Amino acid sequence: MTTLAQQFWTMDVPAGLTAVFAALACGVLGSFLVLRKQALMGDAISHAVLPGIVIAFLLTGSRATLPVLVGAAVAGVLTVVLVEALCRLARVEAQASMGVVFSLLFALGVILVRRTADRVDLDPDCVLYGQLETIFWERLTGPVALLDPTVWADAPHQLASTGAIALLSVAAVTILFKELRIAAFDPGLATAQGFRAGVLHYVLMVLVACAVVASFEAVGSILVVAMLVCPAASARLLTDRLSSHVWLSALISAASAAAGYVIAGFGPAAVARLTGWDIAGEALSASGMIAATSGLVLAAAIFLAPSHGVVARAIRRRRLRARIDREDLLASLFRDEEQHRPSDAAVFRAATVRAARRLGQVDFEPGGTRIRLTESGRTEARRLIRAHRLWEGYLVDELGARPDQVHRTATELEHVTDAAMDRELAPPGAERRDQSGKPVPPRDS
Amino acid sequence: MTDRPPPTPTPGTVAATQAPRPGGLADRPEHSPESPLSIHDVTVAYHRRPVLWDIDYDAPPVAPDSGRLIAIVGPNGAGKSTLIKACLGLVPRASGTVEVFGLPAERQRAIIGYVPQRESVDWDFPVSALDVVAMGLYGRIGWFRPVTRRWRERARAALDQVGLADLAGRQISQLSGGQQQRVFLARALAQDARLYFMDEPFAGVDAATERAIVDVLRDFRARGRTVVVVHHALATVPEYFDDVLLLNMRIVAAGPVETTFTKDNLRKTYGGRLTLLDQAAQALALAEEPR
Repeated sequence: MTTLAQQFWTMDVPAGLTAVFAALACGVLGSFLVLRKQALMGDAISHAVLPGIVIAFLLTGSRATLPVLVGAAVAGVLTVVLVEALCRLARVEAQASMGVVFSLLFALGVILVRRTADRVDLDPDCVLYGQLETIFWERLTGPVALLDPTVWADAPHQLASTGAIALLSVAAVTILFKELRIAAFDPGLATAQGFRAGVLHYVLMVLVACAVVASFEAVGSILVVAMLVCPAASARLLTDRLSSHVWLSALISAASAAAGYVIAGFGPAAVARLTGWDIAGEALSASGMIAATSGLVLAAAIFLAPSHGVVARAIRRRRLRARIDREDLLASLFRDEEQHRPSDAAVFRAATVRAARRLGQVDFEPGGTRIRLTESGRTEARRLIRAHRLWEGYLVDELGARPDQVHRTATELEHVTDAAMDRELAPPGAERRDQSGKPVPPRDS
Repeated sequence: MTDRPPPTPTPGTVAATQAPRPGGLADRPEHSPESPLSIHDVTVAYHRRPVLWDIDYDAPPVAPDSGRLIAIVGPNGAGKSTLIKACLGLVPRASGTVEVFGLPAERQRAIIGYVPQRESVDWDFPVSALDVVAMGLYGRIGWFRPVTRRWRERARAALDQVGLADLAGRQISQLSGGQQQRVFLARALAQDARLYFMDEPFAGVDAATERAIVDVLRDFRARGRTVVVVHHALATVPEYFDDVLLLNMRIVAAGPVETTFTKDNLRKTYGGRLTLLDQAAQALALAEEPR
């Protein structure tokens, strides 16, 4: 049991925290990338920084975090500059330009790694997929060890770099929130007010480059793209406010990282214990699980988001359909009344009739299948018929439509006519007539 | 931003480029430092093709209680939006200077307001109407400082002035086109600038919004502001504006509506879309292309 607990502190805590910090930075910065419709820029930078890392490594001969970060940041900025230059000079769209730049720079990086393989302890696989599993904090044997400052000196560099970039990203977005908001929403106004949108763009891109590099060792350069995009896209479906969007994105990202890490580490054993399947020894990739979790969260948000989700939209559509059916029923009953025709409930959908009855707008005539309008139903029907006939008159008189062709259009428009439109359709003094000479019911006072 | 093509040599720029004046426009007798907007010798080119040639214009000085509403009118492609963007520094000028109350426009940002075309922003962006209006105050709030309650109250007052106080918290995609235009207008109000540029504020708005815009314009005039508006509907120019600037790649005529907005000038502006200048601009652009 002690070994398990020790393993938790020496391996799982630093590795899990590294993943969470990386995700936090990506979540915060990704929200701005997604809103600026530049999510691909994260992808581009995450690939294009490879040559920067290798060159920094070749120049300094060390894998220390700082030179690698600087090299990557330079390559990241270079990517942004090249993308914009290519847009302008080759007159291609931004997305195409990103595609060209990052594939070229990535290829350059791969060549550099292969050419110098004997001197360089850099493994492309590690850059692509990360190596969360190798993070190890030997002297962190328990929570008490954190009180000892010498233990901190021994902290894994991945934890330090992702922690630093997470802190930097959160601080930058907090301090520059207003500036980033205006630059993303309206670059012209931002620049006109002295907040150079171009400068803010580069600040954001440098942060993204740093976050991407720091996250390499946690989730790898391919999966970091998932962390930049998925949480931000999920958050956008859940809120309409920028501040909650940014922090929700960060929260979703960090939670996906924690959950993904836990599932990868303890999932197979837990499933084996529950089901008896012989998979306890199977290993799941932590970075893969983290990306998969963030993808699942996005999928859930797409379906279940309270107002932008697929389910919510379907419910709203159904309700609208039901209201239109009910309103059509009322209008039809009103026309029957006008012409002294009895109305047979059987020609309408039973659910529609039930809904109208529940609202007290129709009731059955005693002992029969015939239905009629109640007083409140008649008031509503009068409003609809009025709108319908006003629209017919308007379409013919003002827009020159053929009188025999306006009924269908008016039938659609009558359901969305509000009081303001009614006033414009029937200005005082100009009482309209329906095309076939039927009276337009008066407006309710 | 700056690596645009070098100044296009045109007949009018020669003198200016040979001897830059240390005193700026103030040395030119016809340019008054009290002018809210002095445009001198501005030429703008896209991909080496000039879209504005040798623009020279001085807005008349204003009194504290009587401003000036100026319409920029001209056919499609005449460079109307480009002219105000060049004044704002949003598109690079190939040559020329723009001064606002006697100082370079770049140094007067705090007193210049801008209402862009409605299509120029992403209306799905997660901000509320109030957030957008508050953006007009960012210049005065300054770098790094948060938007405090005091500023939000100011933004709310501006929204109230265009009749949208009830919709302050609404996400901007849930506003009608006219309401969106009024949000932009409220932002301009909040900004409280002395010189405004508006890019087609009347395009595709409902009657209520058109009235709201006219009210705001008249309010600006009553408070001594100068408002330069790109305008499409010729019929309303005499009713809404004091001055008119007829533009078709160059300034055809500029001055008070009564004397400038004449049939003759309009014909010169709109008649014969492909003017000699336009042909020359195309030839310039093509001169660089491979044959």
